[in-house]
Amino acid sequence: MKEFALIFRHENMTGKVSPEQMQQWMKQHMDWVGSIAAQNKFVSGTGLLFDDAKVVHHDKLVTNGPFGEIKETLSGFIVVKAENAGEAAEFAKGSPILGGEGNTVEVRELITH
Amino acid sequence: MESPQLIPHLFRNEYSRITAVLSKTFGFENITVAEDIASETFLAAMVSWPYKGIPENPTAWLYTVAKNKSKNHLKHRQILDEKIKVDLGYISTLVQEEEIDLSEKNITDSQLQMLFAICHPSIPAEAQISLALRILCGFGIDEIADAFLSNKETVTKRIYRAKEKLRNEKTKIVFPPKEEIDNRLGTVLRTIYLLFSEGYYSVRKDTVIRKELCLEAMKLNLLLLKNEQTNCHLSNALMSLMCFHSSRIEARQDENGELILYDEQDELLWDQELIEKGNYYLQKAAEWKVTSKYFLEASIAYWHTIKEDRGEKWESILQLYNYLLQIEYSATAALNRTFALSKARTKNEALNEAKKLKLEKSHFYFLLLAELYNENDKTQVKPNLEKALSLAKTSAEKKVIQRKINALNS
Repeated sequence: MKEFALIFRHENMTGKVSPEQMQQWMKQHMDWVGSIAAQNKFVSGTGLLFDDAKVVHHDKLVTNGPFGEIKETLSGFIVVKAENAGEAAEFAKGSPILGGEGNTVEVRELITH
Repeated sequence: MESPQLIPHLFRNEYSRITAVLSKTFGFENITVAEDIASETFLAAMVSWPYKGIPENPTAWLYTVAKNKSKNHLKHRQILDEKIKVDLGYISTLVQEEEIDLSEKNITDSQLQMLFAICHPSIPAEAQISLALRILCGFGIDEIADAFLSNKETVTKRIYRAKEKLRNEKTKIVFPPKEEIDNRLGTVLRTIYLLFSEGYYSVRKDTVIRKELCLEAMKLNLLLLKNEQTNCHLSNALMSLMCFHSSRIEARQDENGELILYDEQDELLWDQELIEKGNYYLQKAAEWKVTSKYFLEASIAYWHTIKEDRGEKWESILQLYNYLLQIEYSATAALNRTFALSKARTKNEALNEAKKLKLEKSHFYFLLLAELYNENDKTQVKPNLEKALSLAKTSAEKKVIQRKINALNS
């Protein structure tokens, strides 16, 4: 069994999404992760805080936040167990993050050996 | 161990509470900062809770994060302020760190004061309602646009202008002076009632949103009742009225969104708990030994919770309408008074009265005429229904009238 990271990319959310929508998304996200875990396919996962985020550019220039010139931000990832990338992608299809237009879940295999 | 469950609408409710307290701390001119901090707080929860689990006490967690974010904000502001002062040659002084007080008392006080700030006479009613939905009910722009059957741009502009106006007016999030509370309370109650009506009378099919608007209006009114200075005759009367009305919300529309007239409503769908609450607040309001438009309307609504035509029912309703019309005329009250007259006395007597109303622009007027002619001149029923049909505005109403016409033909 291989391991795959499902990486959540989406547009900057602040100000666009209502508190109610945020809560709904979060709940759906928890249910989704719970369902993967219930199949014993969940390995690990974490969210990525937005506070104090920095971007270091090639000229060592440090800017605040992943916001601004970069349209997409990362909000977190989970690692799942799957036979192949196809199965991992099936898991990814259930992510509520995909409910937002322009959002993506990237599926990448981990080096485990 | 069982993991803690998220209560429904937690974020939405806390948005209002956090925003109100922070706006009060930072001043109304910084309301956008307060709103941003509230949003960022939920964002922090969104990227943390799914992995770490929901905290034992989600609200406390949110408050801690909001406090820290506020402190950071104040620190940044202070550094900036001091830098400017030093640059300008001022001696730097340490600004005392403001304490963010997220106690229950300060939260409800701040929300109530925010309600007064928003219901400012200088901004139009629809802007007040939009602002209240945004800031005090935690609705998103889409959700407000949806509730008003409007678009996002209109709502965004309306809210922006209203905030500008309030900033220019140097609005403070404080209680109005004691002698002014009564004056301002009128506007506050009207805004709450408009918000409620938006839900109750809305033609939209989506009953979930309609009910939520009604519920939010009642929650705002509850804020008034919790405070000694605003727990008064008017606020109790309005609360009672809204309880009675909302008790029938399930019964007044069928699953296709069609209006069900009072006489045809299934009273088993009436919410008894809300009716009891309505009674409770009506009695409370009566303790002040005064009367008011809301009180009379609530009393009328009370009689409507009794379905069968008991002897004194329609006579009481008639008298209440007589009184209400003296305080404030409205076409609806005039029509309803005439209907009550037909029930309490005879249709003939009511018909004579109805002819005097001359409300020829209202489809309700012709519906009433059709109903009253039914007894002594059946030839007049159909033409009046047809006039009503041509004047009806919503498809739900048109359907009801068309049904009546069809029933005549068959």
